[in-house]
Amino acid sequence: MKGFRGLVVALIVCSGCVLPAAAHKPSDSYLAITVGDDGASPITGQWDIALRDLDFAIGLDANGDGQLTWGEVRARHAAIAAYALARLVVRGDGVDCPVTAGAQLIARHTDGAYTVLPLQIACAARPHRLSLSYRLFADIDPLHRGLLRLDTPGATRTAVFGPSAPTQEFTLATPSRWRQFLDYADEGIWHIWVGYDHIMFLLSLLLPAVLVWQGTKWTAAGSFRVALIQVLKIVTAFTVAHSITLSLATLGVVALPSRWVEAAIALSVVLAALNNVRPLVHRRLWIVAFVFGLIHGFGFASVLADLGLPRGALALALVGFNLGVEVGQLAVVAVFLPLAFALRDTALYRRGLFVLGSLVIVLIAGTWLAERLLDFKILPL
Amino acid sequence: MALAAPFVPQSDDEVLETLPATLGDARSRELNRMRAALRADPHNLQLAVALAQRYHAEVAAEGDPRYIGYAEAALAPWWDMADPPVAARIMRAVLLQFNHQFDPALADLKAAIKAQPLNPQAWSWLLAISLVQGHFDLARTACGRLQSLAPPLIAAACQAQIEGLSGRSAAAAEALQQALRDHPQADADQRLWVLTNLGEAAARHGDAATAEAAFRQALALNIGDGYLLAAYADFLLDQGRAAEVLSLLAGRERSDLLLLRLALAAKAAADPRLHGWRADLAARFDAARLRGDTVHQKEEARFALWIEGDAKRAVELAASDFKVQREPSDARMLLEAALAARQRQAAAPALQWLAATGNDDLRLNALAAQLRQLP
Repeated sequence: MKGFRGLVVALIVCSGCVLPAAAHKPSDSYLAITVGDDGASPITGQWDIALRDLDFAIGLDANGDGQLTWGEVRARHAAIAAYALARLVVRGDGVDCPVTAGAQLIARHTDGAYTVLPLQIACAARPHRLSLSYRLFADIDPLHRGLLRLDTPGATRTAVFGPSAPTQEFTLATPSRWRQFLDYADEGIWHIWVGYDHIMFLLSLLLPAVLVWQGTKWTAAGSFRVALIQVLKIVTAFTVAHSITLSLATLGVVALPSRWVEAAIALSVVLAALNNVRPLVHRRLWIVAFVFGLIHGFGFASVLADLGLPRGALALALVGFNLGVEVGQLAVVAVFLPLAFALRDTALYRRGLFVLGSLVIVLIAGTWLAERLLDFKILPL
Repeated sequence: MALAAPFVPQSDDEVLETLPATLGDARSRELNRMRAALRADPHNLQLAVALAQRYHAEVAAEGDPRYIGYAEAALAPWWDMADPPVAARIMRAVLLQFNHQFDPALADLKAAIKAQPLNPQAWSWLLAISLVQGHFDLARTACGRLQSLAPPLIAAACQAQIEGLSGRSAAAAEALQQALRDHPQADADQRLWVLTNLGEAAARHGDAATAEAAFRQALALNIGDGYLLAAYADFLLDQGRAAEVLSLLAGRERSDLLLLRLALAAKAAADPRLHGWRADLAARFDAARLRGDTVHQKEEARFALWIEGDAKRAVELAASDFKVQREPSDARMLLEAALAARQRQAAAPALQWLAATGNDDLRLNALAAQLRQLP
């Protein structure tokens, strides 16, 4: 009797009701969207769609032999992109963001081969709210799901799109100010640590801080407090000066060719170190620090430019970076000063570290000067 | 998410995907013809139900769940109706129960029966779902109705099936064997169902010889039923015959169900293929979790317990599964996981079920006894 094939199928299939649900896999597509830090670049994405599903929807098997070749899929790339993009709407703050697809690739997932559409989502400005309307395959397979992964700075979210939730909205938080500030401060500290020329300049100025010039020779400074104040004046003057020029350069107010800046920095180190051997300036070294700090500031500007600056948080970045540099310097001081003060009376210090050390610095910085002026490199630093 | 990074294939001739059915295949030609006919006339109930049934039959044959989505699409004009025509309603119930939405499916079937009290499809699906959920009273009612509506072998067997699940597996096995003898001319499909049940009933009370014979006869029918393969594989695994499972299920990795048994057998037999199969299964369970599917929980629990050694996770999954399905295999999973995790409380629902149904499965009762020993 007719109805019984169905009846028996029912009983076979449902003796356990296990087989149908577990074998193979229902239809999914994978949509990954990345929103960067800065609103300048368009939002990018990648959409993996099963070839099998596309064949069912729009036909990909040109020769009907049951096998999809790269050639057949390639020939249908335009149709695939048109079909898919017509079923995905992205809106930023209520305004449509046009979505375009680049050259397609292939990716393998657990249930077969997928086409990969690289996406560019051009929202007019970095949106606060991003909404997605997804209806791929909704009319031919209501069990199809779009699996979204949304990467924003500081958070990754996932969502599932289907006929019961075709449109979903996401709030994009701007990266926290505090977080940004800390990031730039970190960079400041780091760049002082690896900025050997800056460190050497600083050391050149710090070496005499625990000594006092008596007209013909150096003697040990009297109190630690005096030495400390000296040092702090030097370091702070240096920081204030390079903050000024760094900001001017970053904001584009002043632009100096980097080759000359680098050479001038090397020269400043030479002069500062030479000054220790043959003191021309022995009081108010902080003025020296300030003057040369102006030059060093231009040197940092290129570093900061490389890091990329957030349009909306320029001041934050500058302050953060400069404070970071200051902190880095203070760390050097914290190590150097107690040691130097303790040793200031010794010949080891006065003749060794101070004189010889300064001469070594002159040598290294001199080499840098030559390298930078003449555009070659011999030192590993 | 992808198994590997996206790439550009080297040549135009590289085959990326083999489609499930080719245009040259008679079955797929028929499907395409029906699909085109329905597209031209989407509100034609007869065409829609026929196509949905064909898609559903594809799932039974191949185990590929995408066809359930296609079937649902065919029924789109009636899918959201509160009161669709009976034929659409029954089909809707069939598709809903596939994804373990048993309560809405039962509601649909009961409504269909109210409209057509002698509809054999509705009663048979009602029987099937009630067995899965362990509602034996409802199952008995359905079986009673099917006595006059179903083929004689099925009518005889469904009684035995219920008895076998309620504590009389020896008698059930006898009855099933008798039914087979009484109806030698029954369709192969029907014999397959009865033999599978016989195998399970015999295994339940420890009659390995009868179980083995029943499964072998079922296999000999050559109908290619995934459920039978899984059931026989489980029997073999319980008997410690892992090597035979590996040859029985060779090449069947596409089905998650069978891949799980392959992995279990590989673990037992220390087969090096375990490594790859394990990774595959993990990826498939991850893919299901990504889309929010919970229909694999029993399989995932078994994977967690026996292959990953994560008893705690297995208990969570098994407990969640047992809320929806209450067949002996679901109870067994929960009992085994709870025992391994030494969580006696977690096994409570299964222990209650065991007491209420009176299931006489030796293994289940042994597990229950061990659990009661726990502090």
